[in-house]
Amino acid sequence: MSWKQAFSSSVGKKIQMSLTGIFLILFLIVHCYINAQIWFGEDAFLTAAHFMGTNVVIRTIEIGLFAFLILHIVQGLSLWAKNSKRRNTRYAVKAGSQTSPWYRRSMGLLGTLILLFLIIHLSKFWGPNRFAQTFGSGELNLYELMKEEFQNVVIVVIYLLGCFALAWHLVHGVYSSMQTLGLTTHRYKTMIKNVGVAFSIIVTVIFALMPISFYMHWVN
Amino acid sequence: MEHYHMNLTLKVWKQKNKNEKGRFETYQVKNISSEMSFLEMFDVLNEQLVAENKEPIAFDHDCREGICGMCSMYINGRAHGPWHHTTTCQLHMREYKDGDTIVVEPWRANSFPVIKDLVVDRQAFDRIIQAGGYVSVNTGNAVDANAIPIEKHDADESFASAACIGCGACVAACPNASAMLFVSAKVSHLSLLPQGDPERKTRAMNMIHQMDKEGFGSCTNIGACEAECPKGISLENIARLNREYLGAMFDGGSQNAI
Amino acid sequence: MALNSKIPAGSLEEKWEKYKSTCKLVNPANKRQLEIIVIGTGLAGASAAASLGELGYKVKTFCFQDSPRRAHSIAAQGGINAAKNYQNDGDSTFRLFYDTVKGGDYRSREANVYRLASVSANIIDQCVAQGVPFAREYGGLLSNRSFGGTQVQRTFYAAGQTGQQLLIGAYQALERQVALGNVTQYSRHEMLEVVMIDGKARGVIVRNLVTGELERHFGHAVLLCSGGYGNVFYLSTNAMGSNVTAAWKAHKKGAYFGNPCFTQIHPTCIPVSGDHQSKLTLMSESLRNDGRIWVPKKQGDNRKPNDIPEEERDYYLERRYPAFGNLVPRDVASRAAKERCDAGYGVGASKQAVYLDYASAIQRYGKIEVSKQGIENADAATITKLGKEVVKEKYGNLFEMYEKITGENPYEVPMRIYPAVHYTMGGLWVDYELQTTVPGLYALGEANFSDHGANRLGASALMQGLADGYFVIPYTLGNNLADDIRTKAIPTDHPAFVEAENNVRDRINKLMSIKGTESVESFHKRLGKIMWDKCGMARNAQGLKEAIEEIKALRKEFWSNVRIPGDVNEFNPELDKANRVADFLELGELMCMDALNRNESCGGHFREEYQTEEGEAQRQDDQYMYVSAWEYKGDSNFELHKEELIYDVVHPTQRSYK
Repeated sequence: MSWKQAFSSSVGKKIQMSLTGIFLILFLIVHCYINAQIWFGEDAFLTAAHFMGTNVVIRTIEIGLFAFLILHIVQGLSLWAKNSKRRNTRYAVKAGSQTSPWYRRSMGLLGTLILLFLIIHLSKFWGPNRFAQTFGSGELNLYELMKEEFQNVVIVVIYLLGCFALAWHLVHGVYSSMQTLGLTTHRYKTMIKNVGVAFSIIVTVIFALMPISFYMHWVN
Repeated sequence: MEHYHMNLTLKVWKQKNKNEKGRFETYQVKNISSEMSFLEMFDVLNEQLVAENKEPIAFDHDCREGICGMCSMYINGRAHGPWHHTTTCQLHMREYKDGDTIVVEPWRANSFPVIKDLVVDRQAFDRIIQAGGYVSVNTGNAVDANAIPIEKHDADESFASAACIGCGACVAACPNASAMLFVSAKVSHLSLLPQGDPERKTRAMNMIHQMDKEGFGSCTNIGACEAECPKGISLENIARLNREYLGAMFDGGSQNAI
Repeated sequence: MALNSKIPAGSLEEKWEKYKSTCKLVNPANKRQLEIIVIGTGLAGASAAASLGELGYKVKTFCFQDSPRRAHSIAAQGGINAAKNYQNDGDSTFRLFYDTVKGGDYRSREANVYRLASVSANIIDQCVAQGVPFAREYGGLLSNRSFGGTQVQRTFYAAGQTGQQLLIGAYQALERQVALGNVTQYSRHEMLEVVMIDGKARGVIVRNLVTGELERHFGHAVLLCSGGYGNVFYLSTNAMGSNVTAAWKAHKKGAYFGNPCFTQIHPTCIPVSGDHQSKLTLMSESLRNDGRIWVPKKQGDNRKPNDIPEEERDYYLERRYPAFGNLVPRDVASRAAKERCDAGYGVGASKQAVYLDYASAIQRYGKIEVSKQGIENADAATITKLGKEVVKEKYGNLFEMYEKITGENPYEVPMRIYPAVHYTMGGLWVDYELQTTVPGLYALGEANFSDHGANRLGASALMQGLADGYFVIPYTLGNNLADDIRTKAIPTDHPAFVEAENNVRDRINKLMSIKGTESVESFHKRLGKIMWDKCGMARNAQGLKEAIEEIKALRKEFWSNVRIPGDVNEFNPELDKANRVADFLELGELMCMDALNRNESCGGHFREEYQTEEGEAQRQDDQYMYVSAWEYKGDSNFELHKEELIYDVVHPTQRSYK
């Protein structure tokens, strides 16, 4: 069996989702760490942001990140589309939450919400910054930019919704990626589930606290 | 246990054959005993329909003791009805009370086309087994049964996976109509035993390939299959299947797979 | 026609070995030209089809279910016997042979039973190699338990799902042959006729149950592995679809029917709960290993079981049979239960039940656990709790099933059980090679009569089905087909096929044209009631004579008043059922005739006129030491042929389990 065949079966595609997902999870940890710098002062944050925005290694990985992100999105949407066509006649009465929690059945939807949020998010910070770096006067002061953006209550609400979608996506995503790699054995499955939930809560709470902190003027 | 009788309204899927469109038909059944099994309640209904010179409802059933895997009703949104670890034939009417309405549908999945009413075609499962769900040993080739000791834990776990009755509730319950629980139960059953070891890689590859070919959806680890499986087949089997698949992927020896 | 059982010469131990080394063989190139039809895909059918496919024959399998894996062998719970003597408790091929002959009340063939016992060990090896997950000990070796009618532990098991695991093993072997192209599998197909050409079985007419089409299939040989006919009683532990049709069609084409009245009534089933009952559920006989069976000492005692003190309970099996106690063979246990209920000691709402009590087993296991775990001064609650855990591990799935069906918790309240029709020892008469009296037509597993005599021991059905399929038919079929290698496949437009198909079509059309008022189901129920009342656990001449008349009348009524809705050319379960019930209505009569003819009691056949003073079965060896083989001569007309049973090794005695 060739690699292509191995990756193109239904399980192979799931492995792609799992591996790209795990990469994105790792990225979130880094992103979260950088964000948390806001509570340690503008300088701390800007140093970290500067490093992330200019370091050659990081910038190289960034290309990979986008590649994986796109793969995750494309593969995810395609799985969603295909899976929803496996049952042409739908059930009149559905089991709903009697047999599985809603978020596990809504990964495609949650992922799409995250994608929409991501477009807004990138167009607010990452996009303008890279544009300025490449074509303009150099790096933007992202801290100031945030301070400004997060005074708008609409933006804050959009961010909180994004965090909400991300949290539920992660609750299933962390566990699911491990399950797909076959790591959720009898011994580890409860631990993996719990770690996944804890991770989702911690990461998204940190993310959510950022716009709130600016809006509420907890940081200056 | 108190015995009682009840009148019920049934909304049952009627479909003449694979090609024609189906629809729900409403029936009233009276004086159903709480001691009856769900299928015995259907017997009563069918007797009533025959008496009225109407066509009875076709449904699959055979052993009526929860082991053959033939019965297959989707009852009020639940594969095999609401009881945990129970097939439709073992569901009893004391679950219901007078005046209840029960909606009964066939297993719905494109890979399980409806043959008639509540009867579906599950031959895709046979073809998946044909793709590798066996140990290649001809009759008469065996060594003494005790020649290879097997750790009790492995034997027990293998047995737990082998308890699958191939009813298809996992497919019926899965929002993606995936057959991963079925496939993984078979792969686990055999890969946990030394006898199944030599073919484990090609088995995992080929069975998954066949599963895809049959048009089942892919697994997104939702877990509805596990919740509805009448034999308690665990999601750990799917994790094991994934491991087997990864192992096969990185192994050059499984060239003859697919 | 004189019956020739073709038992090889030589001593008992040599017969099969000699047969195997001298039988004719078919070379591989010729095997590819020989087509075999297998009807039924249970243990016998699936194992035969797989083994023959492996040998290179072109095999076709047919089953009425949606997959071969659904065959009712799957429901066997307790286990499979094999003379492995892994427990070092004195078992041997001879002892298994002896127990089986004795358990069958000396109405089986010595040579067949010995062969069965000698291949039993190979079955376990084969199944383990296929990946059947039998229960194991902590050392990694296979575990055994004891079963009714024996004093050694020779039963291999996989929790309470042994039949399922063995069938899945055979099914997987079969599917492998399908994948390799050696076997073609037809599901939802029912055999409705045997096609005879020049005095040989050369094919079948089957009905595609989905489309209703009739199909013709040629075969150099036809193997019937279609199971037993316990459903003639309507209520039985058989699956709803289990039927006699394939065997009955063969019978009408000249295959003699052996010992049709030998029916096994299993002692531990869940009692009938009402008129709606569609089938009876067996609780594995293994429950008798630890459970104690009792009724109140007082007639009509309406107290709850737990309110009846120990000294007011009658543990009647332990009282009557101190040596075997609760582990007497099935026929003995069943009759003893019936005796108590008939005498007015029955329990439950229907009074047609006895208690199977686990309270003392829970205490016994609890105490063992307490000492194992080194708990000092354990209180009663701890002992009970630990005991329940042990019982749960051993019998959990059975207890769960009981609770689902009855709504009662068997850990707290004794289970109610009553005997139910379970297995038919009778079946198509076959010779040592498993060939019926029709050349080219074979019967395997429960469909034949051969190995269990008048009563089958627990855990022997699985053994026989697999022995026939894996280890007997591959040799005996080759021996016969070796003479057939010049026969080319006969095209299915041969007049014999056309005629057979027309006969089937005519009968179906006739059934459909009756357009009466009564459902197939109600006829089946009425037949079942006649059979159970008059040809069930106890029979007498008068009742049997009445039954014969009643069945004839019922059959007549069926053919003039049955109502079958729907069409011929579609999926029509009512029509399928009508085809089956029509055959049961003929078989029932033959069973009664056979029971009437056999003026003795033996094994599962209990004639009230023939019992000892203590109520035990009384054989009449001087008159009835033979197999009744009935030849079909036309409606209600059967001719009896006798195959004398000769016991060279075992000396028949009055069975005693006291």
